[in-house]
Amino acid sequence: MSAIDQKNEPIISLRNVTKIFGDKTIINNVSLDIFRGETFVIMGCSGSGKSTLLRLITGALRPDNGNVLIRGKDIARISVDELEEVKRSFGMLFQYSALLDSLTVEENIALPLREHTKLADDIIKIIIKLKLSLVGLRGYESHYPSQISGGMKKRVGLARAIALDPDIVFYDEPTSGLDPVVGGAIDKLIKDLSTKLTITSVVITHDMQSVFGIADRIAMVHKGEIVEIGTRDEIKNSSNATIQQFIHGSPVGPIDFFKEDIGIAEALGL
Amino acid sequence: MAATIGRFIIEYFRWIKGIALLFYNILYWIFVGPFKGKAAHRQSIFQQMVFVGLHSVVIVFFVDIFTGIVMAMQTAYQLQRMGAVLYVASLVAVSLCRELSPVLTALVVAGRAGSAIAAELGTMKVTEQIEALETMAINPIRFLAVPRFLALAIMLPCLTVLGNISGIIGGFIVGTGSLHINPDLYMQTTFKYLELKDIYTGLIKAIVFGILIAIICCYEGLYTKGGAEGVGRATTRSVVASFIAVILADCVITGIFFFSKS
Repeated sequence: MSAIDQKNEPIISLRNVTKIFGDKTIINNVSLDIFRGETFVIMGCSGSGKSTLLRLITGALRPDNGNVLIRGKDIARISVDELEEVKRSFGMLFQYSALLDSLTVEENIALPLREHTKLADDIIKIIIKLKLSLVGLRGYESHYPSQISGGMKKRVGLARAIALDPDIVFYDEPTSGLDPVVGGAIDKLIKDLSTKLTITSVVITHDMQSVFGIADRIAMVHKGEIVEIGTRDEIKNSSNATIQQFIHGSPVGPIDFFKEDIGIAEALGL
Repeated sequence: MAATIGRFIIEYFRWIKGIALLFYNILYWIFVGPFKGKAAHRQSIFQQMVFVGLHSVVIVFFVDIFTGIVMAMQTAYQLQRMGAVLYVASLVAVSLCRELSPVLTALVVAGRAGSAIAAELGTMKVTEQIEALETMAINPIRFLAVPRFLALAIMLPCLTVLGNISGIIGGFIVGTGSLHINPDLYMQTTFKYLELKDIYTGLIKAIVFGILIAIICCYEGLYTKGGAEGVGRATTRSVVASFIAVILADCVITGIFFFSKS
């Protein structure tokens, strides 16, 4: 295990969190701790509830039950102003980058700086140059998001996410839709940022190569519940059939790919 | 059948509630936000004013000048029988300033700028850009809706003034060119019967129309659901709802002015 100090207070902790949409329980009684400086990967199939879990942590959704604590503060119980304060210490990389189309690369990265700081324009320009060189995109300042590739957009999104020097960065499917080389480069960036800037990273993904490349610890989510939390090796050598099926991408196992609990005759009402 | 009507009514009230809530939030960010150090950006307000106002100048000019021309010809047809062709001038001016110019300008702007606002915000919504703003602790209403709201509320009266002038020019062309009214006399008759009240009631209408178009189009955009198809639906709905709202508001405001006089 790398630079994690388990004796640390957890920076993010979920206590018995439950989220219900309509009559469906999406997240069921989840508890987990994420420590300062570690790269924590939440993996699971599509529809397993991992994106909902991330939205609960970032405060975009409120839990129906349980508590989400960021640095010991329950984000469902603090005022709007305090929540904004907490959100300012976050950075988030979205699945489709979510750059503002109407702004250039430079203006996109400048956005959180202009909104939340009183820095002078020339200092903001310097910060943008620094952040862009961290993600290897110097010289693209005046391009619009529509003029650059998907991988570059992700990197700009990353530069924007770290613009305010956050201590927690969330990554929603950082490598999805990218070719393996660019995906690998993004993984390396995530790893670099967390070691160079001691950022706590929370990554949501189902890309196994990425999982074992960057994770300090891994949580496997299935049907809204945590199957197991462990280090890279613990998960790799886990005896849990669900985890082994997920790692090896096997179509047979406890994760049911086809819904076969209703017979065809029954479905047709015969 | 009853269930369908019931659902329609519930949906309608939910829509009204959403619009009212958005209006409240916009007012909050305009009047309270600046005291909390969070004002809307002057630059983006200005950008929206250019988009809504300046880029609508040509279409507003053409719509109103031809309306003025048509108005002059139609009224002349009636007034000729009474030998009162001269009054074409005042009729055109008064009906344009009080009614036609504010309404036509509002409809043009709703179709041109309102639909663009709904489509832009809708696309931002379905591509996670709105969510990204929220995650960065940037309020989307302050950042996106307030500049558009202010731009429409300020620029629609300005465009209406332009519409008034171009309509009067249209009437002037017909009056002097085809009805052979002396140009000086035409202008004199225009301003003799055109009161200040006619102009400002028209401008009050324009402000209300601008506010309505802004809230409806921002609402449809910000609450778009369901991908590219959803954006298309939101755009259509925003234009249809804006048109209905403008005509309805016109009826109400005209009623208020009409009955409060007596």
